[in-house]
Amino acid sequence: MKRAVMGAVTLGGIGMGTMRWLASRRTKEKAYREASRWLMVTVNRRPEEVVPEGRLPEPLARLGDTIEVMVREAPGDRGTELGARPLAPVPSGAEEVMARLGGTDPRQAVRRALRESKCLIETGEVLRSSSVSGTRRPTPAGALVDMAARRAGGEGRL
Amino acid sequence: MKALCWQGVNELMVERVPDPGIVNDQDIIVRVRLTTTCGSDLHLLGGYIPAMRSGDVIGHEFLGEVVEVGSQVRTHKIGDRVVVCSIIGCGRCWQCEHGMWSLCENSNTKPGITDMMWGGDTAGIFGYSHAMGGYQGSHAEYVRVPFGDQTAFAVPDGVDDMNALFVSDSAPTGWMGAEMGGVRPGDVVAVWGCGAVGQMAARAAMLLGAERVIAIDHLPERMAMTERHIGAETLDYTRTDIYAELKERTGGRGPDVCIEAVGMEADGPGALGLYDRAKQRVRMQTDRPTAVREAIHACRKGGSVFVLGVFAGMVDKFPLGALMNKGLTLRGAQQHGQRFIPRLLDLVEQGELRTAHLATHTMSLDDAPMGYDMFKNKKDGCVRAVFRPWV
Repeated sequence: MKRAVMGAVTLGGIGMGTMRWLASRRTKEKAYREASRWLMVTVNRRPEEVVPEGRLPEPLARLGDTIEVMVREAPGDRGTELGARPLAPVPSGAEEVMARLGGTDPRQAVRRALRESKCLIETGEVLRSSSVSGTRRPTPAGALVDMAARRAGGEGRL
Repeated sequence: MKALCWQGVNELMVERVPDPGIVNDQDIIVRVRLTTTCGSDLHLLGGYIPAMRSGDVIGHEFLGEVVEVGSQVRTHKIGDRVVVCSIIGCGRCWQCEHGMWSLCENSNTKPGITDMMWGGDTAGIFGYSHAMGGYQGSHAEYVRVPFGDQTAFAVPDGVDDMNALFVSDSAPTGWMGAEMGGVRPGDVVAVWGCGAVGQMAARAAMLLGAERVIAIDHLPERMAMTERHIGAETLDYTRTDIYAELKERTGGRGPDVCIEAVGMEADGPGALGLYDRAKQRVRMQTDRPTAVREAIHACRKGGSVFVLGVFAGMVDKFPLGALMNKGLTLRGAQQHGQRFIPRLLDLVEQGELRTAHLATHTMSLDDAPMGYDMFKNKKDGCVRAVFRPWV
């Protein structure tokens, strides 16, 4: 009886350890996939207009050698798929939340540059917001909206 | 300049704010002649759209005169009388090129907010929260209009200001519901809501050949206006069973096309209406889908439902089973105004479409807080309060 219990406990322990190892491996794989994921926009122009003679649009070029860029023709005559990803390690978990709130997640700069590049190529300029407003009351809800608005160019599911 | 600013839930104030200027080369500056309240503003007022900041200038349906143009503006010149689409569109992204202007990929300067909320960013809208770009609204003496060539339309001489005003938003929104809802000659169309957008949807359905148009509301003055100015039949949902009435009037089939023009603060009779209200009050759902539910249940098998009313987030008790098993087509959108405005201006000029009756109350911008109170609480039969910033 004692041997049977010991065996069950041992098997249970091995099973749990295996599950934890698999879960940890899945978490690592997911983190790796997220870290290496391309951020993409589709530009309504031919590839030769998006990167003429291999030159990157100015907002992406500004990021220099901190990013990797890919260009491919979009299906269905939809233009060009333009992708980029930071070469620096990207944060994950709690660190990612803090980086996104603080505006230091390297993907934010990439998303912003991709969106600005698309706007510049399609319309000829990068659209800017204006700042006409009345009295801004300092409230916690207002501070949240201000932060969301500041980060919005570099955020989203892009 | 003077402008009407949102200062908190149900709190509006006329303030002095800086004049707008040209920020981008394709901007124009418009001196506002007329600007009107819209039902969708009430969601901002009520705090249902969370991305508002105190001091934001509201208003998005307007008409005025061009007073300044950026160096890359080609269509407009100083002095032009223009009606401005409430939706800002670049005209050159894939969505704009395919007529889906409210999905413009370049006009929302704060795209991350809607991208996170809905999995895709949407176009910028004047005076409609930071989620829609944080643009200054039109309840002001001047407005900056980005992508001026695409967003503003010259008003023909034969169209007066008041009739042109509603071609900015109400008329194209209504038209979109009828056209993209697939109204065809001979159809029976039901429209939920006899506000400005509902009336315009009903008129659009008629112009597209609908045999019979039935509009649903409970406010007698709006129903009377719809009968008199639009020529549609009306039903009062507090006095009759809408499903039974629509079945009876359509030979048991149900309307071919159902257009919802009510939005996230819909009222409804019975327990479900109370349930929606209670859940929204405690923030367990963001929107009240009463009219959408009714439209889905009432629609004929294989018919089409178009959602014009503004919704922001999540709803409860959505009849997905009815939608799927009855083989319905469900669509919705913020208005793709640029696609319809030229045609609508022609229709107004030809006398086929009349909109000026919607302006039940006209007043100066100084009186705008009072105008919103009248509009929100349906006082004195208010359908739309129109502000004249220069009076």
